[in-house]
Amino acid sequence: MAESSQLSHLIESFVDSSRSPTQQAASLDKIASRVKNDVLTMEGLVREMQMYLTTTDNIVRARGILLLAEVLTCLATKPLDNATLHSLIGFFTDRLVPKRVAFFLWTAAHGRILTLDNLRGLHLENRCYICCCSSESVGHFLIHCPVAYALWVQMLQAFGIQWVMPGSVADWKALRGALVGCLALMRRKSSAGVVTSTDAKAVAESFLQNLQVQSLGQHDRKLCFELLECLLERYPNTVTPMGDELIYGICEAIDSEKDPQCLMLTFHIVEVLVQLFPDTSGPFASFAGDLFEILSCYFPIHFTHPRGEDLGIKRDDLSRALMLAFSSTPLFEPFAIPLLLEKLSSSLPSAKLDSLKYLSSCTSNYGPERMAKHARAIWLSIKDALYTSLQEPTLSFTTESLDGLVFQENEIAKEALTLLQQVIMQNNGLFLSLIVEDEDINIILNTVPTYESYNDIPLQGKLKLFAAGCILSISTKTSVACCHMIFESFFPRLMEILGLSEKNLSGDHSPKDNYLISKRLNFGALYLSVELLAACRDLIAGSTQIASKSVSTYETSYCMLHSFSNLLTKAFCSTLVSSPHDADIYFGVKGLQILATFPGDVSPVPISEFENILITFVSIITVNFKKTLLWRLALKALMNIGSFIDRNNESEKILSYMRIVVEKIVSLVSLDDVTMPFPLKLEAISGIGTSGLNYMLHIIQGFEEALFANLSEIYVHGNLKSAKFTIWLLECYSNKLLPWIHENGVFEEVLLRFPINIWKQIESCVGFSVPEKELLDAMMTTMKHAVAFSSEESQNEIIQKAYNVLSSSTSFPLKESMALTIPFQLEGLQLTQKMDNLLCRDEWILSLFASVVIAVRPQTHIPNVKVILNLFITTLLKGHVPAAQALGSIVNKFGKSSTGSEISSDCTLEEALDIIFQLKLWTHQDNGALLRCSVNGSEMGHTDLCQAVVNNKLPQIPAITGLSWIGKGLLLRGHDKVKDVTMIFLECLLSNGNALPLSQHSLENSCEQDLRVSVMKSASDAFRILMSDSEVCLNRKFHAIIRPLYKQRFFSTMMPILQPLIMKSDSLLSRSMLYQAFAHIISETPLVAVLGEAKKLIPILLDCLSMLNKDAQDKDTLYSLLLVLSGILTDKDGQEAVVDNAHLVINCLTGLIAYPHMMLVRETAIQCLVAMSELPHARIYPMRIQVLQAISKALDDSRRAVRQEAVRCRQAWASIASRSLHF
Amino acid sequence: MVSELINANPIVYEKKERRARSVPTAVEEYVVEPIDQQEVFDILSLQLFWYGLCTFKSTYYRGISKLFLLLLLLFSLTFLNHVRDIKDPEHPYSLEELKVITEDAIEVDDQQSYVRITFTPTVEHCSMATIIGLCLRVKLLRSLPSRYKVDIRVAPGSHASESAVNKQLNDKERVAAALENPNLVDMVDECLAPSYD
Repeated sequence: MAESSQLSHLIESFVDSSRSPTQQAASLDKIASRVKNDVLTMEGLVREMQMYLTTTDNIVRARGILLLAEVLTCLATKPLDNATLHSLIGFFTDRLVPKRVAFFLWTAAHGRILTLDNLRGLHLENRCYICCCSSESVGHFLIHCPVAYALWVQMLQAFGIQWVMPGSVADWKALRGALVGCLALMRRKSSAGVVTSTDAKAVAESFLQNLQVQSLGQHDRKLCFELLECLLERYPNTVTPMGDELIYGICEAIDSEKDPQCLMLTFHIVEVLVQLFPDTSGPFASFAGDLFEILSCYFPIHFTHPRGEDLGIKRDDLSRALMLAFSSTPLFEPFAIPLLLEKLSSSLPSAKLDSLKYLSSCTSNYGPERMAKHARAIWLSIKDALYTSLQEPTLSFTTESLDGLVFQENEIAKEALTLLQQVIMQNNGLFLSLIVEDEDINIILNTVPTYESYNDIPLQGKLKLFAAGCILSISTKTSVACCHMIFESFFPRLMEILGLSEKNLSGDHSPKDNYLISKRLNFGALYLSVELLAACRDLIAGSTQIASKSVSTYETSYCMLHSFSNLLTKAFCSTLVSSPHDADIYFGVKGLQILATFPGDVSPVPISEFENILITFVSIITVNFKKTLLWRLALKALMNIGSFIDRNNESEKILSYMRIVVEKIVSLVSLDDVTMPFPLKLEAISGIGTSGLNYMLHIIQGFEEALFANLSEIYVHGNLKSAKFTIWLLECYSNKLLPWIHENGVFEEVLLRFPINIWKQIESCVGFSVPEKELLDAMMTTMKHAVAFSSEESQNEIIQKAYNVLSSSTSFPLKESMALTIPFQLEGLQLTQKMDNLLCRDEWILSLFASVVIAVRPQTHIPNVKVILNLFITTLLKGHVPAAQALGSIVNKFGKSSTGSEISSDCTLEEALDIIFQLKLWTHQDNGALLRCSVNGSEMGHTDLCQAVVNNKLPQIPAITGLSWIGKGLLLRGHDKVKDVTMIFLECLLSNGNALPLSQHSLENSCEQDLRVSVMKSASDAFRILMSDSEVCLNRKFHAIIRPLYKQRFFSTMMPILQPLIMKSDSLLSRSMLYQAFAHIISETPLVAVLGEAKKLIPILLDCLSMLNKDAQDKDTLYSLLLVLSGILTDKDGQEAVVDNAHLVINCLTGLIAYPHMMLVRETAIQCLVAMSELPHARIYPMRIQVLQAISKALDDSRRAVRQEAVRCRQAWASIASRSLHF
Repeated sequence: MVSELINANPIVYEKKERRARSVPTAVEEYVVEPIDQQEVFDILSLQLFWYGLCTFKSTYYRGISKLFLLLLLLFSLTFLNHVRDIKDPEHPYSLEELKVITEDAIEVDDQQSYVRITFTPTVEHCSMATIIGLCLRVKLLRSLPSRYKVDIRVAPGSHASESAVNKQLNDKERVAAALENPNLVDMVDECLAPSYD
């Protein structure tokens, strides 16, 4: 009982229209789940709802029916027995009640009859004209007016009905429930029980008889169409016999539909309907015209829905659906094709585009017989569309793109060509004869000879020429037969225009050749023949992949090409040399390239010609480098040819390519030929190399030979001129060749060989001195890249080799015993002395070794780590930065990975760190106290420091730099020791500040003071090294171990330490240094992390900004910090944090507006102020005058960008007070 | 009440191709870029739209279906007095397109802090001339450093009461008084509003 009352409660809450939609949905869900879980049967539900379904209150009844329908929709997968289904579908079918007065009732239900209260625009007395005693409204007019009421009563009495007059006219919503219910039942899966075909028939009949679809509202119409679609798709056998009636009904229903969603359904309905009546003589045939007339109104789709309304339907969707409907049956052909052709000639681009698309679709569906009669018309339209759609071509030969003649990418032209290809494919004889006999094309061919060069041709002529080129190219590409036919009819004529006639061919070559070269080629003919050749090449290339069975079929064109190839090659070559115009050159090169890339076995071009072409190109590369365009085109063509024959594995051609091109190009580098610019040589080399693996192998070899020859020149003779070449070579090697090799993943041995060879060379040259710093840098970069790209094993080999060289070098004491036994201080002293006169060669070896170490993978075994550590530490203290970086990467990659490497390495990470930190003690005399104390975390020995001799303190700056790289290595891998390192820096920053009062005014002391400042500066810079990403080492490219979010972590550990330190520090100097460190950390941290802490950070950040404001040297730091502030200001959370400190922020920013040293700072500060103006007005209003005053000064800034920002800012701030701007 | 537009069908000119500023690639930090003719012109014409003159233009309605045009006609017959309020944000004419101001009509002397602007009203009896002038003045007032003296004039021979307009525009007192008038200020603000976005 409780169950039933609960249910009725739920039903009540759905039916009650005063409840909110969410409540209704919730109760619907509950009811549906009850039925689904068999708590309640469908019959039970219907019984329970009896009252709601039959009540005389139409609103409640409508809701009740809707509820039942919605429940059924939810139960699509629940099996129901046939009897239930039958009774339910019957119920809903009955509710599709007659609506013959549909439109009137519809308007009445919406309260839109033209009663006087609706005719508000005209100022008439609102009075009912029937009873003259009340105002006229819909309700009154139809129900309450005494006359109408009397009529009602009479009728009701006559039929003996008990009826309560409704308050208003709206018996409409029941229909929706009925539709939803029908739809839910019809859509059921077959597994869950479906509506029988007789019932479906009843639904269809009721629908067709009773529903005036177009008089319904949008949502109801959509439901109707869905129901129709469902009927057609799921019960084709039931509805087909209804024949005429069905088609007529559908025509009526879809006529003049306008809503996009409904239209989508409508188009689909037509498509499905057509499939039901496939035969041409059936009932459909007589309706085809009418149906198409309905559809044709929509073409071309003109979509006027505003963008704001998001229906999920776009114009393209509609267009596609309509296209499917159009092309659904050949019966539409007599109506569709003329319409489409007519619209194609319209001036609207979208109409043209659509027509072309529709035509393609129709062509494939209507079949060749039906299309044949339209062939001529279609051809003319296509031609017309092509001519009109093309715009003026632009010649573009920029450095990046060598596209040659570029026509604006044009959709219409593209579609037209697709259509052309399709119609030719369908009916090639007919269309080809049309093309061949076409007057326009013939005229073009006839006019071509009158213009000699590209510039002579008028614009119209160019367009026509191009259109003809497109047409010929497409029709050639379509099929072998087409290719044959086109060649037969056009090729000889073109050749004749070019002056290469058959007569020339048959006679002796040599005199004719001379004649040819002297004459300039005609551009138009050149262009057309290149297009033809290209199309033919594409066709052959495409067809050989399928089978070479059809070789015989293109006999004619093949023969033609074969016989002409020699002459063509010569002609093209002569164009290249003689022609002054870019377009001619472009097509000449293109033609040669096409001739060279005919696929091997069926190529009409003999191998000798191929070689001729290659020779021509190579000679251009080597000789004609002054003509930039020609040179580039030739190089590109060579690359294309190379990669083409490489791809197709044409061994014979590859051989000749190797012989002619690759060898020649390689020899370019090694030659001391000064005429050709070196960068061009390199470009040619890398270009050819990257076009194929085999070529690359040769190129690399030649390249390396040249490189080592140059290097030895430098080593032995100290030849500085070759140093410049070497730097170029190295750059090219590391920037172009190495990445390519790496990408293609071959040639492991190359990657290995190169560094090894470099080491060998260094080993063999004993004494040399090169002052060139750039060369060393280039060498290091190349070494790093080469090592980083190679695999673990080769890295092992390389590092072993490098180590051997290093240890054999005389000036480095690399005996392990030394490192462990001799007291560090002594060793340090010795080394210091040696390092002072560090030889050039040793510096090279050391730097290169460092770069190897930087680039190795974590798994690679570094021999004799301890000794190397010692070596690096001692060198870094001499200010050798690569050593520090190498140390950082050793620490970073130490023993992290597999257990195998753990065993093989001779010490662990902890040991290594111990070595590093203990070794620091060798500087005991000067600042050892500092380091030791900070490591132990005990008090500082200030007095020691102050009394230390100035000279002895010198090494401290390199020590700090070194430490910062080591710290970075640790930080990246997330090691705890980094904390100790940073503590050292902090101590550095703090200590000297405390010592400040001790300084006297002696010269020595002031000198010491300077030094102290620079030490502190380097300590604060250490934080930047720690946080920033480095290009040189410790990044992903060089296999560093990087822990995710390491920056955030460091940020959150450092902030609590730094903040109190800044607060406490009382000396100006150390405070400013701490601020610098703070700035470095915060500006490198991701903004998200900063935003979380924004509230706490803002005050410090502002102090920091105003501190940095003072010194011009800090402008970059200042700028990056300001960017952080602007990031905070533009974020919503950040703004909340700023609100409390608004006046501080504004004080700071107004100070920065006048920052003299950097324009970007001023600009950003003003932008920040604009962002500030969006804070709550109550907060910022007091600062308004201050800001406006500051800004008015910025209006007179020396830089334009600042002034523009200032105008914006001024407006933003002035307008917060009132709309009118009095200032 | 039916109010006529002052110039219902203005001639619209092509916008002049804006000459690109040559931006030196590596700008020296302390280089001074003085305020020049082009900058003032940009201030005035970048987005300074003149809605008051923006009226029916027949071409705009070409694309709309006949039915809609009919409806519009009906509508406009009934509410003709609202027509002038119709704003067409897609086709606003800027002063530049109407050739009210051109770049050549601006004289700037950064050293002397002096700007002179000569503008050309679209028709001789344009009563909007003073409003246009006022807008120009206010815009410059807000965008130029305060050291500048701004002189705004109607082009000689382009307006019926030329001297009166000139006098009114360059009279400090009258400009200040105009800016006290909330209606006028609202109007000026409306004209200038989009130019700050």
